[in-house]
Amino acid sequence: MELFTNQVLAGIATGAIYACMALAVVMIYQAIDHLNFAQGEMAMFSTFISWQLMQWGVPYWAAFVITLAFSFVGGIAIERILFKPLAKAPILTNVAGFIALFAIINSSAGLIWDFTIKQYPTPFGSAPFLGSQLISTHQAGMIGVTVLLLLGLYFFFQYTRIGLAMRAAASVPESARLVGINTSWMIALGWGMASAIGSIAGMLIAPVVFLEPNMMGGVLIYGFAAAVLGGLTSPFGAVVGGFLVGVFENLAGTYIPGVGNELKLPIALALIISVLVVKPAGLFGRHIVKRV
Amino acid sequence: MTTLLNVKDLRAYYGQVQALHGLSFSLNEGSLTTLLGANGAGKTTTLRAICNMVRSTGGIEFDGKPLNNRSTESIVRFGIAHVPQGRGTFTNMTVEENLQLGAITRKDSAGIVSDIERMYAHFPVLKQRHTQQAGTLSGGEQQMLAVARALMLRPRLMLLDEPSFGLAPLVVRDLFGILGKINREDKVSILVVEQNAQLALELADQAYVIETGRIVMSGNAKDIANNEEIRKSYLGY
Repeated sequence: MELFTNQVLAGIATGAIYACMALAVVMIYQAIDHLNFAQGEMAMFSTFISWQLMQWGVPYWAAFVITLAFSFVGGIAIERILFKPLAKAPILTNVAGFIALFAIINSSAGLIWDFTIKQYPTPFGSAPFLGSQLISTHQAGMIGVTVLLLLGLYFFFQYTRIGLAMRAAASVPESARLVGINTSWMIALGWGMASAIGSIAGMLIAPVVFLEPNMMGGVLIYGFAAAVLGGLTSPFGAVVGGFLVGVFENLAGTYIPGVGNELKLPIALALIISVLVVKPAGLFGRHIVKRV
Repeated sequence: MTTLLNVKDLRAYYGQVQALHGLSFSLNEGSLTTLLGANGAGKTTTLRAICNMVRSTGGIEFDGKPLNNRSTESIVRFGIAHVPQGRGTFTNMTVEENLQLGAITRKDSAGIVSDIERMYAHFPVLKQRHTQQAGTLSGGEQQMLAVARALMLRPRLMLLDEPSFGLAPLVVRDLFGILGKINREDKVSILVVEQNAQLALELADQAYVIETGRIVMSGNAKDIANNEEIRKSYLGY
C-alpha cells in the first residue's frame, strides 16, 4: 500500500510538469491551430538561462523570475519573427517552422553550454516532506508551484479583461477584431505566456532529469500525451491529462510486469494513439453547442 | 444635417474578382439608412469594406476622417460597431461575457456595468440567460445578443448585416422595433443591409438599392417603397 501511495504521489509530482507542458502546448494550439514541437526546447533553453544566472551568483528565486521574464519576451519574439509571417501559410510550412525552431534552439544550447549533463539545484531541498517517506520536499514543491500557477492562470483568464480578450481572440478571431481586439497581439501574448509556463516546467523538472539540451524530449512527449488525453481544445483537460499521465506512467512502470523504467515512454505514445482512436476529441475536448 | 459616413467610388476585390464597382453613398448623423439589393449585389461586401475586412480602394470617411488603410480593430475605436452576417456570437462564452467583449475597448468600468443593465432592460431575455453559454441561445436571441454586444461599444454608427436572416417573422418585427427605438432614443446612426426590403423600408428613413456592385437607386425610404416600378424591378415585391 505504501508503495502504491508513494507511486501515486510521485506521479502527481511529475504529472504537474506534464500538465504545465500540456497547458503551454494547448495555449499555442488554441491560438494558431498548430502543435508547437519546439515547446520543450524553448523550456530547456530557459532552464539553461536560469542555470547560467545562478552560475553568475544570482540567487535561485531571482534567477527564476528573470528567467520567466526572459521566456515571456522570448516567446513573443519567436511569434513575431517566425510564426506571424507564417500565419496564412499551409500547415506543412508551419510544421517545418517548428522543426527548424526545435533544431536551432537545441543546437544553440549545445553550442553555448555543451551537451554534458549538469546538476541543477532545487530550492526546496530533497528531504522527506513533513517527515514522511512518501514524497520529497522537491516533489511537494513541484506540485505547490504548479497549483499556484494554475490558480493564477485560471484567475487571469476568467476574471481579467485581457484574459477575456485572449479567449475571444482564440475562439472567434473575426468577431474579436470587430469588437476592437488586436488579435495578432493576443496570439503573441499567448506565445509569451506559453513560453513562460514551459520555463517553469523546465526549471522544476531539471533537478530530476538533470540539465542538458535533450532534457525536455521525453517530457514534451508526455506533455503531448496529456494534451491529447485531456483534449487539445481544453486547457482544463490538458491539466487533468497531465496529472493522469503522470500517475498512469508511474503505476504502469511499477505494477505491469516487464514495463519498468525503460518502457515508460512507449506507454505515453500508446496512450496518444489509443485516445486518438477511441475518443479523438479527448476527455474534455470541446463540443460546442450551436444552434443556427 | 451633417454627414456621418461618406463613401466615394468604393471598389472592393476578393482575390481577382471585383465585387464593388465604384459605389458611392452617404449617411447622415442620426439616420437609419438601409442598403437593399438581391443576393450577391455587394451589400455585405460594402459593410466589410467599411471595416477594412476586404481589400478595397476609394474613399471612406467617417465624421470627416478617412478610414482607409486602418485595421479592423482600430476602426472600431472610432465608434463603429459591426454586427456581421451570422451574428458573430462568441458561442462558447456566456451571454454576459459577450456583452463585456462588446465594451472591451472602453475604459469606464462603471459605465460598462450600467450599460449591461441597460441592455438587459432592452432585451429581458438576455438577463434571464446571462450565465448561459451564448451558443445555446435561439437564433433570435443570438441576434438580440449581437445587437446588444454592438451597443456596448456606445457606437455612433452601427452596421447591421441582414439582422432578419433565419428569424421567424414575429421575431424580426420585434427586433426591428428595438432597432428603431435605439436609433431614436440612443441617437445611434444605423446602416442596415437587408434582403427583406419591405420591412427595411418601413423602418428606414433613407434607402439605397445596390445591383452588381453599384448604387442604382437612392432616396427617401417612403418614396422608394411607394414607387411601384422600383419595387417590381429591384425589390421583388
